[in-house]
Amino acid sequence: MEQHLQSDRPGVARHGSRLGKRLAPYLLISPGGLWLGIFFLVPMLAMLSLSLQTGSIDTGFRQTWNFGVYPHAIGEYHKYFLRSLLYGGVASAATLLISYPMSYWIAFHGGRRKTTYLLLLLLPFFVSFVIRTLAWGFILSDEGILFGTLKSWHLLPSSFRVLNTGTAVVSGIAYNFLPFMALPLYVTLEKIDRSVVAAAGDLYASKRETFLRVILPLSVPGIFAGVLLTLVPAVGDYVNASILGGTENHMIGNIIQTEYLYNFNYPLAAALSFVLMAGMVIGILAYARVLGTREIEEYV
Amino acid sequence: MPDIDVRLERVTKQFADTVAVDDLSLDIEEGEFFSMLGPSGCGKTTTLRMIGGFEEPSIGTVYLGGRDVTDLPPYKRDVNTVFQSYALFPHLDVFENVAFGLRRKKVPKDEITARVNEALHLVEMTGFGKRKPSQMSGGQQQRVALARALVNHPKVLLLDEPLGALDLKLRKQMQLELKRIQQEVGITFIYVTHDQEEAMTMSDRLAVMRYGKIEQIGPPEDVYETPATEFVASFLGASNLLDGELGRQTDGNTAVQLAAGSSVTVPTDRVPHDLYDTQVKVGVRPEKITIEADRGDPAPGFNHVTGLMRMATYIGVSHQYKVEGPGAKELTVYVQNLGAAPAPSPGEKVRLVWHPEHTFVVKPSAPLTQEEEVE
Ligand SMILES: Nc1ncnc2c1ncn2[C@@H]1O[C@H](COP(=O)(O)OP(=O)(O)OP(=O)(O)O)[C@@H](O)[C@H]1O
Ligand SMILES: [Mg+2]
Repeated sequence: MEQHLQSDRPGVARHGSRLGKRLAPYLLISPGGLWLGIFFLVPMLAMLSLSLQTGSIDTGFRQTWNFGVYPHAIGEYHKYFLRSLLYGGVASAATLLISYPMSYWIAFHGGRRKTTYLLLLLLPFFVSFVIRTLAWGFILSDEGILFGTLKSWHLLPSSFRVLNTGTAVVSGIAYNFLPFMALPLYVTLEKIDRSVVAAAGDLYASKRETFLRVILPLSVPGIFAGVLLTLVPAVGDYVNASILGGTENHMIGNIIQTEYLYNFNYPLAAALSFVLMAGMVIGILAYARVLGTREIEEYV
Repeated sequence: MPDIDVRLERVTKQFADTVAVDDLSLDIEEGEFFSMLGPSGCGKTTTLRMIGGFEEPSIGTVYLGGRDVTDLPPYKRDVNTVFQSYALFPHLDVFENVAFGLRRKKVPKDEITARVNEALHLVEMTGFGKRKPSQMSGGQQQRVALARALVNHPKVLLLDEPLGALDLKLRKQMQLELKRIQQEVGITFIYVTHDQEEAMTMSDRLAVMRYGKIEQIGPPEDVYETPATEFVASFLGASNLLDGELGRQTDGNTAVQLAAGSSVTVPTDRVPHDLYDTQVKVGVRPEKITIEADRGDPAPGFNHVTGLMRMATYIGVSHQYKVEGPGAKELTVYVQNLGAAPAPSPGEKVRLVWHPEHTFVVKPSAPLTQEEEVE
């Protein structure tokens, strides 16, 4: 289509620009490509190589092609992988359920104040991630302002607790990753052609049907992006689990951190990271298949 | 006397600081192709939206088929809309787009298939059922949008500048198509446009609107040949208007004294009855005028003015002349290209002659503002 248009245009000096035109895409991706090549690919390969080494921090690590580390990593730590997936998944779902109505309302009923509402939504996230999580822990603590008050009114049994449970970790993740869900959702909802919504009403769809049959399907790209942006960092997160989860609710991120920073078992930590990454990539590809990336292109 | 399908009774729509539609009354007959025409911002879309139920009148009543529907939402009205931007559902294929309304109304599956195919056939889009809107041209999308509305067999179809996004050639073709489809299905079409030629080719009747009011309503010929106001005369086609003052009436003719000196006559029955002033504009359409050399006596019984030829333009099917007439007013003349007489050349003195029957008298209007002229 584009080529067709170009060749129709008379009087454009084609010869001189041909080489430049061919090179343009490569020139455009080269800064990003170099960046990723140096700071992503190289360390990745180094980590991959590290995961297959044996030794200790004292004696040094040597490359021994120890592929056995992978079955070991999966066999020993599969519980943490599954827990991470569960926490990340539940948190992403919760974020979706919380963000959707909010983004919908701002996009469709925000009027002239849309930017203000978006800013308000983002405001808490100007505060450091760790501080926010600590504050969240403060709110959820057993005798804190929320539960302490409720307990003193005898609305909750004194044994009730949220902090240091899975629920606390999930709620922390859901809270911390909210903007990553809300913003892509807002962008897609905002972009939906209002005349299409009017057309649904004209064609006898009730408000509910208009939402289910038109708005929701048209917001799938936003849901796709939002879930991706939330789920990936959520599954690998360790801050929420270490601050809100106590000792009983470690996620795979915590294990990797411990192995790397405290036990100096670099090969194991690297192997765990790779298993996590491979799992995520496979999962995301399957997910993209289900929601159909090609269809997503058609919506936009 | 056909039934009245749509009736607006003294409808006013006020937005925060604008009166979009101002005390407007309107009757549209069953099966009619009715157009609303007017400059940008005159209230066409708002009027249409009130008929469709997308907008509620501030004052007044809307009737559909004799029933007061003023407070009914769009989906409870026997009316469908074709939107300017087509507004096809991008995630659904053509078949599902057209089937959308029928599915909401819980029409049985077999019937849906039959009616969708019939509608696609009507707009000549058979075989496109599996396409997505993004895989079609503007003209094809417009046809699907039309099918999607018609498939519901509404009593009235509302079309808001449905051809606005198409190029000229496709537009002309679709105008004929729309007219054909309307005659085939016999549904009332209410058509909004600001293209006067489009409104004239397609409509049984049209209304010319300005400032939320109807300036004139009637069949295209009547409105074109006998415009009621200066605004209508200049909005609907080119016209030549001269300032004048109504004079004596004799034998069914009224004399109009031109401000520039000479006088013309017009049949008294072509003078509007509701003139509040003797100061009027007198006009004639460019194709009604013949040009002759300003020599000898003019033929009796005809109106004539003299002027100076300024510019002659060859258009192919016709010649177009700009003549500086009385009071330095520029007059336009179209002469069919019969290949005969040599064209008068610029600088020549000429006489413009036309029949009193082709003369019209209109109330002066406020000149077009810049906003109105913007398309
Ligand atoms: N929702 C609204 N809020 C405020 N003012 C409005 C609204 N809709 C229309 N108007 C105003 O009402 C007037 C009539 O608008 P309308 O859309 O009916 O014009 P139109 O004749 O369809 O013009 P166009 O040819 O440009 O489509 C305009 O001055 C417009 O600014
Ligand atoms: Mg409009």
